[in-house]
Amino acid sequence: MLFRPAIIALLLASSANVAMVLGVAPYAVDVIRHWDIRSGSERQLSLERRTYLMSVLLSVVLATQLLALLLFVFNADRMAPLFVGAMCAAGVLNADAYGYPALMAQIAVFFLAAIWLAINHVDTLSPDYPLVRVKYGLMLGMAPALAAAALLQFLYFLNLQADSITSCCSRVFAASAAGLSGDLTALPPRPSMLAFYGTLAAAVASSAYTALRRRGGYVVAVTSLAAFAAAITGIISFLSLYIYEHPNHHCPFCVLKSAYAFQGYWLYIPLFAATACGLSAGAIQPFVQTPSLRGAAPRVSSRLAGAAAVGFALFTLVATFLILHSHLILIAGVTQ
Amino acid sequence: MIELAGIRKAFNQGRPNEFWALNGIDLKIAPQQVTVFFGPSGSGKTTLLTVVGCLARPTTGRVRLNGRDTSGLPERFLTGIRRRTFGFIFQQFNLVRGVTAIENVMLPAYPLGSDWKELKERAGSLLDSLKLSHRRTARVEWLSGGEQQRIAIARALINDPEVLIADEPTANLDTALSKEFLGILESLAGQGRSLLLTSHDPLVVESSVVRRVVTLRDGRIVGDR
Amino acid sequence: MRTWIEKQKYLIDFTLSSMARRKVKNFGILFLYTLLVFLLASVMLFAHALRREAAATLAGAPDVIVQRMVAGRHDLIPPDYIYKLGSLRGVRKTESRLWGYYYDPFVRANYTIMVPASAGGDEVATGRVAVGQAIARRLALTLNGEIFLAAYSGELRSFTVARLLPHESELFTADLVLMSEEDFRSFFDYPVGQYTDIALTVTNPQEVHNIAGKIASSLPDSRVILRDEILRTYEAIFNWREGVVLALLSGAVIAFGIFALEKASGLSADEKREIGILKAIGWETGDVIRMKFWEGALISLTAFFVGYTAAYLHVFRFAAALFEPVLKGWSTLYPDFELVPTLDGFELATLFFFTVFPYVLATIVPIWRAAVTDPDSVMRGAL
Repeated sequence: MLFRPAIIALLLASSANVAMVLGVAPYAVDVIRHWDIRSGSERQLSLERRTYLMSVLLSVVLATQLLALLLFVFNADRMAPLFVGAMCAAGVLNADAYGYPALMAQIAVFFLAAIWLAINHVDTLSPDYPLVRVKYGLMLGMAPALAAAALLQFLYFLNLQADSITSCCSRVFAASAAGLSGDLTALPPRPSMLAFYGTLAAAVASSAYTALRRRGGYVVAVTSLAAFAAAITGIISFLSLYIYEHPNHHCPFCVLKSAYAFQGYWLYIPLFAATACGLSAGAIQPFVQTPSLRGAAPRVSSRLAGAAAVGFALFTLVATFLILHSHLILIAGVTQ
Repeated sequence: MIELAGIRKAFNQGRPNEFWALNGIDLKIAPQQVTVFFGPSGSGKTTLLTVVGCLARPTTGRVRLNGRDTSGLPERFLTGIRRRTFGFIFQQFNLVRGVTAIENVMLPAYPLGSDWKELKERAGSLLDSLKLSHRRTARVEWLSGGEQQRIAIARALINDPEVLIADEPTANLDTALSKEFLGILESLAGQGRSLLLTSHDPLVVESSVVRRVVTLRDGRIVGDR
Repeated sequence: MRTWIEKQKYLIDFTLSSMARRKVKNFGILFLYTLLVFLLASVMLFAHALRREAAATLAGAPDVIVQRMVAGRHDLIPPDYIYKLGSLRGVRKTESRLWGYYYDPFVRANYTIMVPASAGGDEVATGRVAVGQAIARRLALTLNGEIFLAAYSGELRSFTVARLLPHESELFTADLVLMSEEDFRSFFDYPVGQYTDIALTVTNPQEVHNIAGKIASSLPDSRVILRDEILRTYEAIFNWREGVVLALLSGAVIAFGIFALEKASGLSADEKREIGILKAIGWETGDVIRMKFWEGALISLTAFFVGYTAAYLHVFRFAAALFEPVLKGWSTLYPDFELVPTLDGFELATLFFFTVFPYVLATIVPIWRAAVTDPDSVMRGAL
């Protein structure tokens, strides 16, 4: 295992997160079993006090997850010199079988935590805390996800061998490569662009609709997820080419480097934020009918959908700007 | 109008030292009058005050505030109601040491995020009306008992509550200051506020300001005048 | 939104005045926190700067170095090697190098003696040498002074110092002596036509492994060293050393965490009363938690900023006086070099996880315990 400050920090952070969630799990069970808002018994008061602790802990977990995700990708990028054939994070993540699964698990946990926080927020808007059992049930459901992500990350770092030969992003994200990365890369630009813009437009439209009409949260969640997938695919299959001005450089990680003026941030931050908001808007939808949330839930849902619309629109604008400003010509007539 | 039905409150529930401070209280408190809870220490009058003032939830029983049931509300909402409806004057005054008088008065409004200048003006005029304008920026621990109590009153009034609650207000005052306090009470009552006091001071109980005296013993009401 | 901002301002205002009322306790925590950040940041900044220095240095190193092995030990290169290597496809340039070590018993130090590359402009005339700064310091040499080197034959040879190698290059020239090929061969009695090793420049850096393979198969008694491998090794060593020091300092992190926990839990009677009053007059549990969070944030930011700045000065102004022995290794001739100041987001983020994160963890539960004080506790006289 490679002994390195960033790796130590990441492992500590994920263990701490898992420990926190497991630590409060018994209390969550307690809440689910004995919660009764109408009662004034000491047990109920104690449960209510506990809910504050659990909310704070989960907010800390979410914030940590976000930072850890960034650190994980950066660390992978910085470790490139240690691996033969790796020149950026793509190669480092490919150095053993757990790299990409660990990354995807962490992204999934991030979205799950964002959804939980949205549900928690809606719950606290109503005096009878109608979603308490749902909330803590969800939290218990998140614990295994968190543990799985931590485990994958640990296995990834454990199995990293400094002299293992890995592929650089030009191999991993090459049309001829096996697996998903190869398939995504091999997509021809024109249909890829159509799918990209189409899905993003659908996401923006449905989010804007929900923001204005306060209905249709499920559609927003579905289109957000689809837009996320389409966006990542788009970045790999054609957007990166425009950014690097190179017909074969498909790597989604190199855009975060200083060499490319950190343009990746302008893309990824709105994308992740918008997807989190869109998914949360959908997550709230089942509770719109709850009597005490009749007013609050649609309002929150609409605000989240609005944020998602803005985020996706921003992402699309930035992407388009980057395409138009690039000196690469992939499709005749589409730049300059 | 505050209604209490079947209120019982326990401390250390489920443990060997379980203690029921209130043992079945049914009470209706009419607005815009001065009510005193009278009784020896241990009779539960302070606990009753906390239940009435939404400082604590009853173990069993229902509290209704202007028709709205507040006993099942979680702390966040209860506090919101309490802030708007009640102002508290504690026996020990409970001012924050090391903080100036005017800041102490402004504290209860901090969580509301209202405009600072406006809040400061309001606090200032409250202190003026209680003849404390010369003490605005003084640290509260340097002030006399009477002055501290008036700051406590100003603090209780900052959110313009309809009900003022005072716990043993004259316990730490001499006769002259007690009379002064009753004078302030009268003017507050004249403003249309409801006042709830606990006391075992005859000066208070027999004052002309007081409209109703509820006597408590062992967590139960034993007299209502 | 405006209300939310105003509210946070009020909370921060109260937090500041509250902290000012407990100066001693808060100063204690702030001091230790800053010290922790200082220690960890110093280690990380130092290691990072050294890494960059090494990488920058190696950027100028040849892509491939070929050495000849006899019975597993480094031997001299025969003439035909050079032709074989030059004819390999993908090799753009070959350079035969002459260099060796010289042990000076008077100073008890090893010098590296080298013949500079023919096209480099560094050539020295016969009888003259260029000398690194560390050697010059040790032997008190000046321009046109004399340096005496003893050959194996017993003969003491003197060379005139033609120039001193520049201070900026000390990291890799400190112990270097450059001399002409004639002098080198005669001093070391080096066989004619043989060289120490061969440096190769390749056309396409991506093909370097293929070329290494070809060399290995056409010259089975050769050892091929790739610059990539050197980089990787350096990186690994630096990582490892940095990791070890940080692991040793983990005791400090844990101690700090425990201290923070103690301080946060051990609310004085005054503090407990203050929170009780706030709860009684209308603050919610959430408000108190937020206020305490601001307290933690202010302390963390101050400690982080001051600690990091102090570490920056320590490493880049005062040359990391506290850590040199561990991270640099140990030798007689020491290069005197300045580290290039670097500010790196990645290092900052890692540092954050080692300092602020443990602080947050240590203080969550105590803050919560304090914040859930019953609103009626001041009234009941429980405080």
